Amino acid sequence: MDFDYTASEQSFREEVRSFISENLPPKKERDKNFLANWLEKVRAKGWVGFAWPKEFGGSEGGLIEQTILREEMALAKAPPLGTSMMGLAWVGPGIMQYGTEEQKRKFIPDILDSKVTWCTGYSEPNHGSDLAAIQCKAELNGDHYLVNGQKIWTTGAPWSQWIILLTRTQFDVESKHDGITCFLVPMDAPGVEVRPIQNMAGDKHFAEIFFTDVQVPVENRLGAEGEGWNVTVSALANERSSIGEVTQMFEKLENLKELVKTTSKQGQPASEDPKVRRTIARFEMKVAAMKFNGLRYLTKQIKGEPLTSETSVNKLHRASLEIEIDDFAVQLTGQAGLQLRGGESAVDGGTWSKSALNWPNVVIGGGTPNIQRNIIAERLLGQPKD
Amino acid sequence: MNFGFTEEQSLLRDQVERFIKEACPMPKVREIAASESRFDSELWQQIADLGWLGLTIPEAHGGLGLKWIDLTVVLEAAAEGLCPLPIASQALASAAVLTCGNDKQKTEWLPAMAAGSAICTIGLYDEANWIDAKAVTAEAHASDDGYVLKGTKPFVNDAAAADYLLLAVNAPNGLALAAVAKDNVKITHQPTMDTTKPMASVDLEGVKIGADYLLPMSEDQLAFLTDCGAVATTAEMVGAGAAILQMTSNYAKERIQFGKPIGQYQGVKHRLADMYVDLESYRSLSYYAAWSVDDDIDGLAKAVSLAKGYASDAFAQIGIDGVGLHGAIGFTAEYDAQLYLKRSKWARPMYGDSDYHMDRIATLGGL
Repeated sequence: MDFDYTASEQSFREEVRSFISENLPPKKERDKNFLANWLEKVRAKGWVGFAWPKEFGGSEGGLIEQTILREEMALAKAPPLGTSMMGLAWVGPGIMQYGTEEQKRKFIPDILDSKVTWCTGYSEPNHGSDLAAIQCKAELNGDHYLVNGQKIWTTGAPWSQWIILLTRTQFDVESKHDGITCFLVPMDAPGVEVRPIQNMAGDKHFAEIFFTDVQVPVENRLGAEGEGWNVTVSALANERSSIGEVTQMFEKLENLKELVKTTSKQGQPASEDPKVRRTIARFEMKVAAMKFNGLRYLTKQIKGEPLTSETSVNKLHRASLEIEIDDFAVQLTGQAGLQLRGGESAVDGGTWSKSALNWPNVVIGGGTPNIQRNIIAERLLGQPKD
Repeated sequence: MNFGFTEEQSLLRDQVERFIKEACPMPKVREIAASESRFDSELWQQIADLGWLGLTIPEAHGGLGLKWIDLTVVLEAAAEGLCPLPIASQALASAAVLTCGNDKQKTEWLPAMAAGSAICTIGLYDEANWIDAKAVTAEAHASDDGYVLKGTKPFVNDAAAADYLLLAVNAPNGLALAAVAKDNVKITHQPTMDTTKPMASVDLEGVKIGADYLLPMSEDQLAFLTDCGAVATTAEMVGAGAAILQMTSNYAKERIQFGKPIGQYQGVKHRLADMYVDLESYRSLSYYAAWSVDDDIDGLAKAVSLAKGYASDAFAQIGIDGVGLHGAIGFTAEYDAQLYLKRSKWARPMYGDSDYHMDRIATLGGL
């Protein structure tokens, strides 16, 4: 057991830090070309798709280096390493694993160059957590498939150019996991209609999507017909350690402590209130647990053992922290905490009140907490399936 | 960066688990706990022969010269079976001598501690729920050829089994540890919820000790030993927590109600999942705290409070749910689940409860 970094890891950290200090000006000094320049530079460094194989334009970076990279970027509150979030997270890895040579040539560079934004067409009106029960239909019709059906709560759909779409090509199956097929579909294809849905925070980040006789060429199928479930499962398994997230959580916690220091409750400094102190400590214990759980899983991966369902532990912590930290800030600051941006008494410009309504993005997006509990109980503790 | 155990540590864990299963299974634990001495010298000698009592004692003093993270492996694995022998107390007493003793004391005492021939324990605070130098109320007064002690140490773990006790006192020049032999003091066993962790009061009134038997101790050293105590306790909470979770999880797979194993109901399986999340989390924090004892002394206080603060409440809940999910069988004395619940009660206040540690986290975090 050793929490120190080797000389080469340390020098990589220095490299990242000096890159940041040279290329990340303070917010006020950033011009309108800043983001484009930033993306070009991190791309040139090989830090977009850092862990990807070199043949696809990645750097084959190691797990520790990747952790260091994410940690430093999060500490510096840097813009993302590439804006094609879902492209980098699972569409790209899915294509690298299951795609044809032509698909790799066509899609991978645009993901790395932040040229194309992807969304993920999983949930349907009647099938969210029970993902394998999807009904959106695709039928082969000569050189193309005809897609009919509906997706909903698709994050990023209002501005994405492409969608990775899960459909059913066969309805008469023994297991609902069979007969599912995955497609790569342009959002401007005829017959695709996007209707943005406003969420409780007032944003229109997700949408419902209607597919009416959409023609998808056979060459846009990802993996074999009926192989869609495997594509989905192995693509989602590409999620790596969440150290960057933990660093962001620590940052948020620091902001919360600053808020506590300047807030009073019943005329007394909030920082002296035992319940407030205990709450902050509880958050800190959970974030620290996420960090050290993450490092244990990282060590396991480095030793070549596959990560199975352990990551659900940190997902549950993350879910509860996402809900509780912002909510605590809102509660702590009483009536001022209710005010949104623009309110005369809004706290920290309304950041807390805004994010306090945004937790479902994280908490429900990657599988609900109860699904995570099922995963832990069934796969790690061997309990019978529901 | 490597947050894993070495091959040697994994072998050590296997060795402890195997030994506990063979030599100290639950019937044996119950037998020891119910006996007059609450101790088993034959088993103790076997443990000593395996080297577990000298893990953190330097080789020059007859130990193995390993680290607290190695000790953690032993404490955790032994606690899976609720081993009632004072391994943790012995380790804390060695830490006390290493921290506060002079060369002569180390040279004379540590080899016997490593060999297990001197069974030792420590007693720090005299208030039931107060971790502070002010909570040391026993006294040592200078006399012609040494010191005369005054007061009582009401809460000393494993005191009845110990040959020597290192007890915090207020001496003329500040805090100190008084080393007393069991025959010179009056030790009174105190019945507690957890019979596998015997506790006693030690009456020091009028007891005389030689000048060589008083070890000066700074407040920082007291705090360090307290943190070591919390690390040892938390390591045991990891082992015991894992065992009751395993026991409960196995039961949920086998117990059929309404035609299905109860583990199929989300009310049961989700509770098991939450137990797992908490256990794995304080396990990670516990390992980090143990590592900090030897390798990050500046970060120790925070690391310890994160671990013990989390574990105190989490293990208590795991104990309750472990018994509760079993139903009436869990409430049954003959069944082992209840012994783990009792251990969780014991561990909760030891070297600081969650209120103490969480408040310290807030303080260390700038509040």
